[in-house]
Amino acid sequence: MKRDEASNSIAIKVAELRRRPHRFQGLASGHRACLGCGEALAARLVMEAAGPDVMIANATGCLEIFTTPWPESAWRVPWMHSLFENAGAIAAGMEAALKAQGKTTKVLSFAGDGGTFDIGFQSLSGMMERGHNVLYVCYDNEAYMNTGIQRSSSTPHAAMTTTSPPGAERMGKRHLKKDIVSIVAAHHIPYAATTSVAFPTDLRKKVRRAMEIEGPTFLQIHSPCPLGWGTEGEESIAVGRLAVETGLFPIIELERGQLTGVLPIREPKPVIDYLKAQGRFRHLFQDHYKAREELEHLQALADHNIATFGLAGQGVDRHDSSGINRVQREGVRSA
Amino acid sequence: MPQALEGSQALAYAVALCRPQVVSAYPITPQTHIVENISKLVADGKFQCEFVSVESEFSAASVAFGAVMAGSRAYTASASQGILLMAEVLYNIAGTRVPLVMTCANRAVSAPLSIWNDQQDSMAVRDAGWIQLYCADNQEAVDTTIQAYLISERCELPVMVCVDGFTLTHTLEPLEIPSQEQVDGFLPPYHFARTLDPARPISSGTLVSPDHFSEARHSHHQALLKAAAEIIAADDAWAALSGRHYGGLLQQEGPEDATIGVLTMGSIFGTLAEAREEGNHAVRLIRLRAFRPFPVDALQAAAAGLKKLVVLERALSPGGGGILGSEVRAALSELEQPPAIYSYAVGLGGRDVPLSLLGAVLERIEERPGERFAIFDVEVEKLPHEDR
Ligand SMILES: Cc1ncc(C[n+]2csc(CCOP(=O)(O)OP(=O)(O)O)c2C)c(N)n1
Ligand code: SF4
Repeated sequence: MKRDEASNSIAIKVAELRRRPHRFQGLASGHRACLGCGEALAARLVMEAAGPDVMIANATGCLEIFTTPWPESAWRVPWMHSLFENAGAIAAGMEAALKAQGKTTKVLSFAGDGGTFDIGFQSLSGMMERGHNVLYVCYDNEAYMNTGIQRSSSTPHAAMTTTSPPGAERMGKRHLKKDIVSIVAAHHIPYAATTSVAFPTDLRKKVRRAMEIEGPTFLQIHSPCPLGWGTEGEESIAVGRLAVETGLFPIIELERGQLTGVLPIREPKPVIDYLKAQGRFRHLFQDHYKAREELEHLQALADHNIATFGLAGQGVDRHDSSGINRVQREGVRSA
Repeated sequence: MPQALEGSQALAYAVALCRPQVVSAYPITPQTHIVENISKLVADGKFQCEFVSVESEFSAASVAFGAVMAGSRAYTASASQGILLMAEVLYNIAGTRVPLVMTCANRAVSAPLSIWNDQQDSMAVRDAGWIQLYCADNQEAVDTTIQAYLISERCELPVMVCVDGFTLTHTLEPLEIPSQEQVDGFLPPYHFARTLDPARPISSGTLVSPDHFSEARHSHHQALLKAAAEIIAADDAWAALSGRHYGGLLQQEGPEDATIGVLTMGSIFGTLAEAREEGNHAVRLIRLRAFRPFPVDALQAAAAGLKKLVVLERALSPGGGGILGSEVRAALSELEQPPAIYSYAVGLGGRDVPLSLLGAVLERIEERPGERFAIFDVEVEKLPHEDR
C-alpha cells in the first residue's frame, strides 16, 4: 500500500487486500430479513467493529425475529432476547453479573426505534442513569416494522404508516420525530451518537469508539426499511444517504451532553429528492395545499437541523458526507 | 441462638447467606424493609453483591434475569402492584427455564388501593410457570428462602417464596439464623448450563413456530411436576442440617379420625392451629406449602376420610369464586368419596383473621350446607342494599 501525498491517494494491491484477515462476522448470512434491509446490514457492520468478546440483549422486533427462527440462529456471539421493552434492563443485569465475576466482556443492547424511543425508553433511561457499561444500539427504521409498519415516536412528520394513514383529514403522521439522541445525551453519558447504515465507515468508527468507553454509550443508526418506506431493496443505501444529505437525519456526536462532532454535508440536497424516492411520502406529491404545506414544513425541519447542528460543510472535505464513503479501511483512495 | 428479628431483616440475612452476586429491586410496601436491609448489609460490607437499585419492578425482574443469563446467582423481591408490573417478565423468566429466587411479600392488588396483606398478587401470576411456596411463619420464610435456591438450581425453574405482608414481614420474632457454614454446606456453588459465554456462544429466547411451542410447554409442565420431589428433598436435607422441617409439599395436624378439615396457605395456619388447640376442635388442619407444583397426590392422601373440607384463602377470582378452593375441589373430585368442599375468601386487604375464625367457619358450614363460595367476613351492614 503506497500513499501519494500530492494527489492524496493510495494505491492498494488487490492481492494484498485479499491476504488481510476478514472482518469478524458476528451476524452470519442466511437470516430471514427482507432484501435490502438496512437493519440487517447495520447489525452486520456493528458486529464487525464490536468483535467477538461481547454479549447481546436484543429487544423484540425485526432484527430479533429474522435472525433467530428456532432452531436456527444467525448469531455467532452470545445473544438473548427477553421482551420488547427491557433490552436496557437485561443488559444492565448482564453487566452487573459480569462485573461481579470480574469479567470484561462488553454488553451490547440492540433494539428498534419502537423498543428504544417508546416502550423500552424507561429501561434504557434507567440503565444509562445508573452508569452501566453497556453500548446500546438503536436500529432506527422509523416505525414498528415487525408488526407491519405502525407509527412510532421516531416516525418522521407526515410519513404514512398503517396507523398514520393519509386521508381527507390527515397528511400522514401529525407529530414530529422525537429527538432521542438529545434526550439520551441529557443523561450526561460519556458518548451518544447518530450514524447511518449508508455511511459504513462512520458507523464502524463510532462502534469502535463506543466499545472503548467504560460506561453507558448510545448509537442511533438510521436504517432504511424497503418494506416500510416503500422503496426497492437495492435503493436502501441511496435513500439512507439522501436522509443525511438533506439534513433530515443529522449525523452527530455528543459527549457528556455536549455536541462534539458532526458529519458535514458537502452540498445539502432538497428534501424533495429524499421524499419522492419513498412510497411513505407519496401523498405529499398530490395537488393539494396541505401537501405543499407539509413539503415546506419538512424542508424547514431540515434547514433547522443544518443550522442547529452546524451541518453545512466548508468546501471539499474528505471526511464530509461525500468524502467519507470513499475512505477505505485506514487509507484514503481519493477525496 | 435465636435472635429477635423483624421478618424482613431475617429474610435479608437469609438472602445474603445464599451469596447471590446480583440483587435488584424496587421499593413497595410491604417488601421495602427486605431490600432496605439488604442495602444496609451491602453498604456495611457484610454482603458482597452488585445491588442494582432499578427504576421499576419491570426492570428489577429483567436485571435479575439478565444476571442469571450472564452466569450469576440473583435475587429480587416485590409485592402487589410490583408483581403485576413484573408479570410479563415473570412468564418470560420461567419460560426460559432459568433458576432465580424472589420473595413476594403478599399484599392486596388495587383498586381499591390497599397496602395490607392478602394473596391476590401471587395468585395473579400463578400460571407464570414459577414454583410457588407459601410460608406459615418467619422461621419458615428464612429456611424456605435457602431451600428455594437449591430447588431452583436443581430444577432450572424460578421459585417465588410467598410471605404474608406485615403479618410476617413486619413482625418481630425470635428466629434462628443459620450459619454461613451451614448454608454453604447445603447450597453448593452453581453453574447455569445455558450461561451466555463468548467462548461458547448460544442464542436464547428465539422465535418458536407452532411445531415446537407445545413441546416447550410440555417440558416446562413436566419440570414443575418433577420439582415436587426436589421440594421434599430440599426440606428433608435442610431438616437434617437444622432440625427444622416443614412437611415438604404440605403440612397437616389434628386427629387422624377427623371428618372435617380446614385447608389454607400461609400465616393463617398458625392462627387456625392455635384456635384448634384452644377450642379443642376435632378438625384436621392442612396447609399447602407448595401451590405450584400443585400437590395433588399429597393433598388426596391428606384429605382421606374427610366428609367436609373448608378451604380458606386470601384471594378470589371475582365472578368465579375461590382460586385455591376450585383447585382443591378439582383435585379431590378424583377420590372415591370426595369431601364436600366449602370455599371461603378471608382476610382480604388486611382484614384481621381472629382466633374466633375457626369456630365461626365450623358453625357456618352447619348452618349453610352446600355453600359453594363466599367472602366469609363481609359485614353486610356496610354495603348499599343492592350489593348485599
Ligand atoms: C409489550 C409488547 N407490546 C407489543 C408487542 C408487539 N410488537 C412486537 S415487535 C413490535 C414493533 C417493533 O418495532 P421496533 O422496535 O421499531 O423494531 P422493528 O421491528 O421496526 O425493527 C411490536 C409492537 C410486544 N412484543 N410486546
Ligand atoms: S420489514 Fe424492514 S426492518 Fe423488517 S426485515 Fe424487512 S426490511 Fe428489515
